[in-house]
Amino acid sequence: MQTTFPKLLLEHAARRPQAPALREKEYGIWQALSWADLAKLVEHMACGMHQLGLQRGQHMVVIGANRPRLYAAMLAAQSLGAIPVPLYQDAVAAECVFPITNAEVQLALVEDQEQVDKLLEIRDQCPLLQRIIYDDPRGLRKYDAPGLVGLDQMIEQGAAWAAKHPGFFNEQVGLGQTGDVAAMFFTSGTTGNPKGVVHTHSTLMDRAQAGAEFDRLSEREEVLAYLPPAWIGQNIFSYAQWLVCGYVVNCPENAGTVSIDLKEVGPTYYFAPPRVFEGMLTSVMIRMEDASALKRSMFKSFMALAKRVGPQRMDGKALSLGDRLMYALGDLLIYGPLRNTLGFSRVRVAYTAGEAIGPDLFTFYRSIGINLKQLYGSTETAVFVCLQPDHEARADTVGVPIRGVEIKVADNGEILVKSAGLLKGYYKNPKATEEVLTADGWYHTSDAGFIDAHGHLKIIDRVKDVGRIKGGANDGAMFAPKYVENKLKFFPFIKEAVAFGDGRDKVCVMINIDFDAVGNWAERRNLPYAGYTDLAGKAEVYEMIRECVEQVNADLAADALLAGSQISRFLVLHKELDADDGELTRTNKVRRGFIGERYQPLVDALYSGKQEQYIETAVKFEDGRSGSVSATLRLGDVKTFQAVKAAA
Amino acid sequence: MNATQHSPTMTQKKIGDVILDVKNISLSFGGVKALTDISFNVKEHEIRAIIGPNGAGKSSMLNCINGVYKPQEGSITFRGQTFRHMNSHQVAVMGVARTFQNLALFKGMSVLDNIMSGRNLKIKSNLFMQALRIGPAQREEFEHRAFVEQIIDFLEIQPYRKTPVGQLPYGLQKRVDLGRALAMEPQVLLLDEPMAGMNVEEKQDMCRFVLDVNDEFGTTIVLIEHDMGVVMDISDRVVVLDYGKKIGDGIPHEVRNNPEVIKAYLGTSH
Repeated sequence: MQTTFPKLLLEHAARRPQAPALREKEYGIWQALSWADLAKLVEHMACGMHQLGLQRGQHMVVIGANRPRLYAAMLAAQSLGAIPVPLYQDAVAAECVFPITNAEVQLALVEDQEQVDKLLEIRDQCPLLQRIIYDDPRGLRKYDAPGLVGLDQMIEQGAAWAAKHPGFFNEQVGLGQTGDVAAMFFTSGTTGNPKGVVHTHSTLMDRAQAGAEFDRLSEREEVLAYLPPAWIGQNIFSYAQWLVCGYVVNCPENAGTVSIDLKEVGPTYYFAPPRVFEGMLTSVMIRMEDASALKRSMFKSFMALAKRVGPQRMDGKALSLGDRLMYALGDLLIYGPLRNTLGFSRVRVAYTAGEAIGPDLFTFYRSIGINLKQLYGSTETAVFVCLQPDHEARADTVGVPIRGVEIKVADNGEILVKSAGLLKGYYKNPKATEEVLTADGWYHTSDAGFIDAHGHLKIIDRVKDVGRIKGGANDGAMFAPKYVENKLKFFPFIKEAVAFGDGRDKVCVMINIDFDAVGNWAERRNLPYAGYTDLAGKAEVYEMIRECVEQVNADLAADALLAGSQISRFLVLHKELDADDGELTRTNKVRRGFIGERYQPLVDALYSGKQEQYIETAVKFEDGRSGSVSATLRLGDVKTFQAVKAAA
Repeated sequence: MNATQHSPTMTQKKIGDVILDVKNISLSFGGVKALTDISFNVKEHEIRAIIGPNGAGKSSMLNCINGVYKPQEGSITFRGQTFRHMNSHQVAVMGVARTFQNLALFKGMSVLDNIMSGRNLKIKSNLFMQALRIGPAQREEFEHRAFVEQIIDFLEIQPYRKTPVGQLPYGLQKRVDLGRALAMEPQVLLLDEPMAGMNVEEKQDMCRFVLDVNDEFGTTIVLIEHDMGVVMDISDRVVVLDYGKKIGDGIPHEVRNNPEVIKAYLGTSH
């Protein structure tokens, strides 16, 4: 597509001026903004920004939630050839300093007082930042910091200026080229400063278009924009694809009303990370517990039917007449009302991505007739690399490469991607760019994986974490710690798992039980316990966890590549892994190396075949005091399975 | 909160003339003297706090202002009109609204309906017309609903619009109570312990709403509060009562250093 986002806007405005482009719930009513009105608004904003000195090629920071006027502001900046840089609205002030100085930002457009306060706080560290434009004036009346401009005021002045210079806006839009930089997204680096990922109009549009073709998206879709706009996923779903397809993007009233708004809008195209789906399922289950006995038993029996029949149905396989009839009845009584309550009555395509999704969770949504699928991509690839076709959605793969994508697995197992949607580079960081984007045009994802027998991509782990078993029965087998840990974590009883095995003769894991789930389980069995440490040490709990681990082993055995990663021994940790103790990152990812050192005696005991081990660990309490917990831990052996040779 | 008031990036707000003048009020119940010879005034657009230990007469003072109690002596002047004692309906019509220490909301009704009930005085069509939603009554309802929606937006309670008030946590109920008072579009807002029983976060939210009401709508606010931190941070002037007598009056800084106030209320640690 040889065009730019502002040009697409003008096309929509000319072709179907009265069709709604954006909706926002305000004062209890969904207020629509038509394409024509949006184009007018963007024109006025662009003229206002021009007056405030925004130049072609300059970056403009946008911070705020999903608001129509913030989307319009991004379009306005692009109309002038400037580059919008969305930042996370919940980032603390200090985190905004690097992107603003790195991108030499002079103009920032923010949602409200909270964001204005943040920018004023760091203003001394960002000498180039001259103007802060705010959308919502509430609470800002008494502010008299220099350079603070209300968005209403800017639009008003822009409108007056536009009236005097009628050709200016169209001329500026006309100057835009498809190869121009369209936006920059800062990726949250786990180490060091974040990196600005530079995308052009053509990279974003190419991927947006390819994704839209794959799922046959049209201008009739309804989308709810509720994830942070600074995240490229949200930007693709509610900006790039919005303009490419011309569908309606709905902005929720505020963060607390998303579930209500979801139900009211009834989106046809939906995206959420697994934790959102998990939260919804939990709330359904809790509400079912409180329902009447009749409803509960109906729910139970029809969900059992759905679990058996639903996935096949979604895969387009033929069902027996009896199953078809029963499923139809279930749809009438349970599945339909449930979809409606969740806001999924009209959903045609729903995606999940970002992290591994548990098979039970995935199956639940598919079995009640929601076309939930997975995708694979990243900020650097403008999201769309692999998507799951409608009838081939699996919990453990991420789909097939879509149009325009070439995939190759490097010798070290790393997945390499080539497409027209790859990043132009990291901003002012050629070294980092070279590391991921090699001269032959391949982007190195740093994910390890393979293409399975059905042509679906399967992600195993981060390349740097994938190891090899050394010695023992499985000498030389591939060891993917995160893959093993995720499989364990899909059990509700297991909160965290840490797998060891790289360079060793077998795989051993440390497990953290989920206190709520296991506590509840123990109560139902009249099993008394005094607290976390006590519960974690119970023989019954060990037995239950052992069953979980064995199931994982059985699963792994079915996978020729990973059969060697089966778990030989395990233990249940006496304390919860905690970010305060440095065992988890702030985003709750296990720090395997650190844990290995901290619990060295336990690791040694696992590998030396001991039956129990005493350990004392220092802990930090939330009020900053420290203390220690000690326990004698049991170590358990688990059955492993003969690797099943790939039959299919 | 100090920062939001005294930050160098802000201009100071304008405080107007005296809007409410309380002169020599004495109130007794039988032999119990609740208030003795209390005089103070409230200026337009200011936040005026009434503080004092338990039983000091704070709520009685507020009840005299909005006509629930009728003081035996003294007078109250509101917008130039002087009254021996106030009448609650008349007070409401004159633009004085209040919230209650121990919430007086309709627990079974939704947030929306509770706030709508605050529009009662502004609705002109009669019960019959409202019940049948006859032309003008319906139009009127739309207008009032639109106004109520602005309050809901202002107080950030959109997620609970349709929730019965009884199901909401206490802090939110307090906010709904404030919303209902705001629905009257008051010139003077009397708040009886708006932060009582709240946790720190809820208190901070409430402080922000009180300041925002004062700032956005220019509403004059008279509030009773126990939490000294809150009072010192948000109010422009403070009256201190003890055993029904006024023992201090002035800006928070003066009151804080008044030896009598320290003795009666703040304790000796200050």
